[in-house]
Amino acid sequence: MKETFYQEMRRKGYSRRDFLRMCGILTAVMGLEASFTSRIANALQTKPRLPVIYLQLQECTCCAESFIRTAHPLFSELIFNMISLDYMETLQAAAGLQAEEAKMKTMQDNKGHYLVVVEGSIPLNDNGIYCTVGGRSAKDILIETARDSVAVIAYGSCATNTCVQGAHPNPTGAVPVRNIVSQVPVIDVPGCPPIAEVIAGVIAHYLTFDRIPELTRLGRPKAFYNHRIHDNCSRRAFFDAGMFVEKFDDEGAKQGWCLYKVGCKGPTTYNACAITQWNNGVSWPVKSGHPCMGCSEPGFYDNFPLYDHLAHIPGTAMPFEADKLGKWITGVTAAGVALHGAATGIIKRVDREPRKDEEGGE
Amino acid sequence: MAPRIVVDPITRIEGHLRIEAEIDNGKIVDAFSSGTTFRGLEIIMEGRDPRDAWAFVQRICGVCTHIHAIASVQAVEDALGISIPKNADLIRKIMTATQFVQDHVIHFYHLHAMDWVDVVSALKADPKATSALGQSISNYPKSSAGFFTDIQNTLKGFVGSGQLGIFANGYWGHPAYKLPPEANLLAVAHYLEALEWQKDIVRIHTIFGGKNPHPNYLVGGMACAINVDNDNTINMERLDLVAREINKAMDFVNQVYLPDLFAIASFYKDWRFGGGITNYMSYGSLADNKVDNTKDAIFPGGVILNRNLNEVFDVDPRDPEQIKEVIDHSWYEYSGVEGGRHPWNGETKVKYTGPKPPYQQLDPAGKYSWIKTPQWKGQPMEVGPLARMLVGYARGNDTIKNSVDEALQKLGLGVESLFSALGRTAARGLETKIMVEQLKKYYDELLTNIKAGDSQVFEPSKWEPASWPKQCQGVGFTEAPRGSLAHYVKIENEKISLYQAVVPTTWNAAPADNRGQKGPYESALIGTPLADPEKPLEILRIIHSFDPCIACAAHIIDFKTGEPLNDYQCFY
Repeated sequence: MKETFYQEMRRKGYSRRDFLRMCGILTAVMGLEASFTSRIANALQTKPRLPVIYLQLQECTCCAESFIRTAHPLFSELIFNMISLDYMETLQAAAGLQAEEAKMKTMQDNKGHYLVVVEGSIPLNDNGIYCTVGGRSAKDILIETARDSVAVIAYGSCATNTCVQGAHPNPTGAVPVRNIVSQVPVIDVPGCPPIAEVIAGVIAHYLTFDRIPELTRLGRPKAFYNHRIHDNCSRRAFFDAGMFVEKFDDEGAKQGWCLYKVGCKGPTTYNACAITQWNNGVSWPVKSGHPCMGCSEPGFYDNFPLYDHLAHIPGTAMPFEADKLGKWITGVTAAGVALHGAATGIIKRVDREPRKDEEGGE
Repeated sequence: MAPRIVVDPITRIEGHLRIEAEIDNGKIVDAFSSGTTFRGLEIIMEGRDPRDAWAFVQRICGVCTHIHAIASVQAVEDALGISIPKNADLIRKIMTATQFVQDHVIHFYHLHAMDWVDVVSALKADPKATSALGQSISNYPKSSAGFFTDIQNTLKGFVGSGQLGIFANGYWGHPAYKLPPEANLLAVAHYLEALEWQKDIVRIHTIFGGKNPHPNYLVGGMACAINVDNDNTINMERLDLVAREINKAMDFVNQVYLPDLFAIASFYKDWRFGGGITNYMSYGSLADNKVDNTKDAIFPGGVILNRNLNEVFDVDPRDPEQIKEVIDHSWYEYSGVEGGRHPWNGETKVKYTGPKPPYQQLDPAGKYSWIKTPQWKGQPMEVGPLARMLVGYARGNDTIKNSVDEALQKLGLGVESLFSALGRTAARGLETKIMVEQLKKYYDELLTNIKAGDSQVFEPSKWEPASWPKQCQGVGFTEAPRGSLAHYVKIENEKISLYQAVVPTTWNAAPADNRGQKGPYESALIGTPLADPEKPLEILRIIHSFDPCIACAAHIIDFKTGEPLNDYQCFY
């Protein structure tokens, strides 16, 4: 961590008296009453908050919206006590020239000590005309900002896998952060958007343990991306028992059964949704009744149709394909459900051809 | 030529917006609005399953995260002739009202407030006097002197650290700030309160859609099954959580947002700038019948010309003579015919003629934005909360009329004062109050309907592509928090063959047309005096009053130019 301002002054040969005098002058310059001097002196002797530059490139701001909804730590705790959010277009007071100056100052004063968070992809086609800020291309801005940073967090699916604008045929030539930044560590935090507490947790991890978190082989923090949605799914027991929602709002849906057959990508998606859950642990897509669309995985938009399921599930002990399995188990289960007088939706088409082209996953 | 100032990035908005303004004698004499991002989703949509469309176009914007998905599923349902079950309709309305309330509060405190509130001045406030001020305008419980002392101490520590973070380089001390220190401290306290509250209200989306931002939707209804006797579905615990958040939202809007809005407005009511163009449009929002024009909706649809509140024209997003997009100053070209195009016949072919980055200035004589110029019968329109309130007012809608009249009376202002930046900001607040009350009504209706034995949330009859017409087209139109929104889709052989969205910020942030009609942002800036052109606070104030959302405006989702199908018709 960077030395405090006071430590730096002492190292340069200034006395404590010089330091306190400087604090007094600073107080006057800022137009504050004299009682403020001791507060300023205290602040300059304590560890500075980690400077963070939050870049927004080719994106939709869903990541920023998610970020400000973190419940632990609260976003206000994060920006008042833990980090110094010196640049973030969505929230900062300054605009135009003054905004760019704030960013440059942070970069110059904190070489090798500031963290960069990037939301958005980088469109490379046609000299970068598809995303400019202050008249400069996204690529230029990212290279310049990342150069002297301690690490870059590629935050959200745009920054890690180019998300929707990178879907076939990727008209603007969007690339992820990893393709541009090579000289400092890149931490991928994918998802559209990622869970609020996940991005806050990655930053807090760095602050607390003074090192970047351990990463999976795809460059994602193991703390949040080590398991598949499927591994920890609250509907998993129904998958194993072959009890599936065959059509939305059918009797299976009303019993909260497995969403695999209506397109759930949980078996090939690595994310923390099933454990951490969303919006302070209230729910998550599968719990709410909608299949996981796999938004943290590279190329997920080209793995659609959304409501078609995968033919095979890699890495499970299941000896059968769910379609075939479902056929006889739903038959058994249906007998039970029929007792409740609602069997209509259950014994249903199991004739869909398996999709041989989807054996994805990591 | 008058000297030009450039503000890029315009911060505290969604996306990348650049304003260039020419200044003469301390006044803005001309202005140019440029959207500087383009994502080109159009080609991406080609050949996709129309049931998947919402998931793509929802990603147009993570701030308006709900409403694009709603417009999309409505467009597909319109094309396929699906009418959704009552529960699904109510759940969508609950989610829409939730988004308006959350979005407007965030806009007021986190995107707009610092144009009116001097954060550094709050350090000089007397917490006791702040407490007295707070208690004089609201019964909000957190208004003791101790509470404001704590907030001020936090702020002092923050400023004292020399690391100003998001407050660094703000225009603090600018002569255009008019609030006393106590009002500034009150606003800063509520900035923090709102930040904490906003993360909770979105949990209504999480209950029904699984997450926020970007909750999940379904063509034909909603995916969240209702079974009050099951632990893995919408049951009483889930509904109670929704009810709790609705009650908290009502308290926050009534005890914090609206009192603050009126208190701050009372100090700025002489600042009448930012009016701009004189036409206002709304497609109507929260109608029971979404297909027809929405005159009787909670927020009625219509068009007002030349600020004449005595006459309202009907608007029809399907009519190719009414809605057209021109590209005179946008980085696109149309093949063939000159002039504007209706979205059914839309085209997005990039033709970038701007400077190669890095660049200093754009050339406004040529093309200068990624945003197109939509028009109603050849005229630019302002859309958004002010347009909605004006159309409702002119239509004689009782709720809206009472709300506006009461506000004007409270501030001692006439109707003409609404045509300003402050009018826009006030309209957003008044609308939020109506929305939060609707939120409660829709929730009560949902419970009544479930109690009556209806648990259906999805209409399955047209789910399978085999049941669809060979060719059809639909439109989903509604009001987003920032204004009129319409998604257009054509479906051929079970796949999307055309998709286009004309979104609120496209209307408001549009560049001029060849006849010299400026866009709403540009027009609103012209004539405004700047106290200090180096620190153009007034530009931010006016632009923020529109609540720009540039990812929306410049995504442009349409892809193949097709001959327009016969409207209202599906071919089986």
